[in-house]
Amino acid sequence: MIGIYLIIAFIISGILFFNRNKMLNNILLIGFLLLQCIFTIYEYSHLNVIELQYFKPDALGILLLITLTIVAIPAIYHSHLYITFHNETPRSRGIFFSAMVLLITAIGAAYLSNHIAVTWIFVEITTLSASALIYHHRNERSLEGTWKYVFICAISITLIFIGILFLSMAMRQVGSTDLTFGNLLNKAHVLNVFWLRLSFLFIFTGFTAKLGLVPMYTAGIDAKDKAPAPAGALFATVLMNMGFVGIFRIYVVISHTSIFAWTNNVIMIAAFLTIFVATVYMVKVKNIKRMLAYSGIEHMGLVMLGLAAGGIGYYAAILHIILHAFVKSSLFFQFSQIYRVYQSKSIYDEGNYFKYNLTGAMVMLIGFICATAMPPSGMFVSEFMIFSALFKAHQIAILILVMVLLTMIIWAFGKNIFKLLFTPVEDFDDTNIVKINPLHSLSQFGLIGLSIYLGLNPPVQFVNLIQEAIKNLPH
Amino acid sequence: MINVLLIILLISLLYLSIANRLLTYIKILAFQGVILFGVALIELTEINTLNLVLILLETIIFKAILVPFFIKYIIKRNNITRETEPFIPNFVSLIIVTTIIVITILLSNSITDTHLEKISFIVALSTLFTGLFIIGTRKKVITHVMGYLVIENGVFILSLAVGNEMPLLVNLGIMLDIFASVLILGIFVNKIGDVLKDVDVDQLRHLKD
Repeated sequence: MIGIYLIIAFIISGILFFNRNKMLNNILLIGFLLLQCIFTIYEYSHLNVIELQYFKPDALGILLLITLTIVAIPAIYHSHLYITFHNETPRSRGIFFSAMVLLITAIGAAYLSNHIAVTWIFVEITTLSASALIYHHRNERSLEGTWKYVFICAISITLIFIGILFLSMAMRQVGSTDLTFGNLLNKAHVLNVFWLRLSFLFIFTGFTAKLGLVPMYTAGIDAKDKAPAPAGALFATVLMNMGFVGIFRIYVVISHTSIFAWTNNVIMIAAFLTIFVATVYMVKVKNIKRMLAYSGIEHMGLVMLGLAAGGIGYYAAILHIILHAFVKSSLFFQFSQIYRVYQSKSIYDEGNYFKYNLTGAMVMLIGFICATAMPPSGMFVSEFMIFSALFKAHQIAILILVMVLLTMIIWAFGKNIFKLLFTPVEDFDDTNIVKINPLHSLSQFGLIGLSIYLGLNPPVQFVNLIQEAIKNLPH
Repeated sequence: MINVLLIILLISLLYLSIANRLLTYIKILAFQGVILFGVALIELTEINTLNLVLILLETIIFKAILVPFFIKYIIKRNNITRETEPFIPNFVSLIIVTTIIVITILLSNSITDTHLEKISFIVALSTLFTGLFIIGTRKKVITHVMGYLVIENGVFILSLAVGNEMPLLVNLGIMLDIFASVLILGIFVNKIGDVLKDVDVDQLRHLKD
């Protein structure tokens, strides 16, 4: 099935690229979404069945694939609105949708891949398609964003490749050339820890460009800022989850070796620095879209803290990235409507949003409550679990510092959101303001509602999948 | 023989650190491509012929001829001035690159792997870190691209170390090389050159908080 999926998706992407007909464009997009749904259902019903030698839909892959499909449907819908309202030329529409379909396909395939080199190939493809999306507006600023993204991602995929080479040296020493994750896990206890250490450092650093951790998070921020908001929603959620998958799979292998404690320390330091950097920028940032991007890297820092703390933190980490994907994507979708009202990203030009778009303002308010993990947000549950995991792991100093930083983040986030929602802007001419259809906010309510539901009352299958995803980690 | 080639490559890194002109950088890149051709030819003895031909063609045609030619074309087209404009003096650069080499030698002495060819490991890691160092300390964007190409050369040597057992990884390395170079240089020649003339990093500082 995955072979058929990849071939059809690549063909759809190719036709979209050359097609100039509006009708055909819409039909192809609906066709792709149907294909994506069928593919997700098929893979869910064929859990842990190896396909084409290199793909295995395991629990983590399936969970994130379902997340991807749920986010992809509104993403394509909002992209359609975006393109319509911006009166794009058929050519730029074609490139945009072609790149988006390619991005979604590559992310899905990277989730399911069972071989580290195959994951790496799909990571490369996401860089290519993402750069086309960032460069959509073809002006100087978007060029700068694209250039930084491409260059930093090129270095990061090179680093991942070096990590893979070190891993292969460790494998060669024990007489094996098979780099599938299953085989790595079987051989984990006999691997040379020196190579493994080097390999982890390189792979981890490489994937931080996608996941959005210190040290390589910078390019991702510019990318989310300069790309059209529906594409930014994908970058800020499912693309970050792809970085998580890459690190998580190698982390599972390392958890069976003697350098596990060292690895946890490395992750803990990177995660803490990430939250620190996110706090610093959240406090000073004046651009709403960049603020949302920084909030994303703060959450990824929390996820990695959960992973490093262990125990219930594993469960919480996976729950958290899934819930975060729903909440953050809905905030990004809503942002493109805010931009249509104010024609600016700066907080100084925005205000009194309740007056101009009641439904959209509700999305921002509820989205803010969810993104800062206040009850009844589902992320409150996962964040609470991460904190209790840190407490049980005796990381009290980190716990207290992170809580102080999070308080500052909530203050900064709230300050900007409440300014946007309630404070009127001086000299704002609201005579020719665009009326937003409340139905365009429907998908955001759906996504946020889903995140609350999954956090507070998770279905049994969902819990089982998460439990299975972390079953290879030490308890 | 292979050690001689690798050590010549190492020396070319020292030359790179003190080179003043972009043209010298291009020549060093082309020269490194030729050396990699030789290394691949000697090292990969147990690989099938078709694959070997592909790898050799990539080194000699892509690394040694096409890319240097293309960068030269970009420099000419965008009227980029010929100095490399480092942020630090050449003497300091030389010291730092030497330190990088010494550190990798110390690192490789701490490994207990009987399969490992030490010299190739040292050269690969030094090339890699020198590339990163060049990216960090030069002002022009085109030198960043060349620094990236130096990193790629380091990765290529590293992938040759496991080339006989896992030819797949060498092929992936080549794929990365072609893919990333085409993407980066493609953006450069098509877009950056038109929008920003004589690019240096100061012109890429608008996106910030």
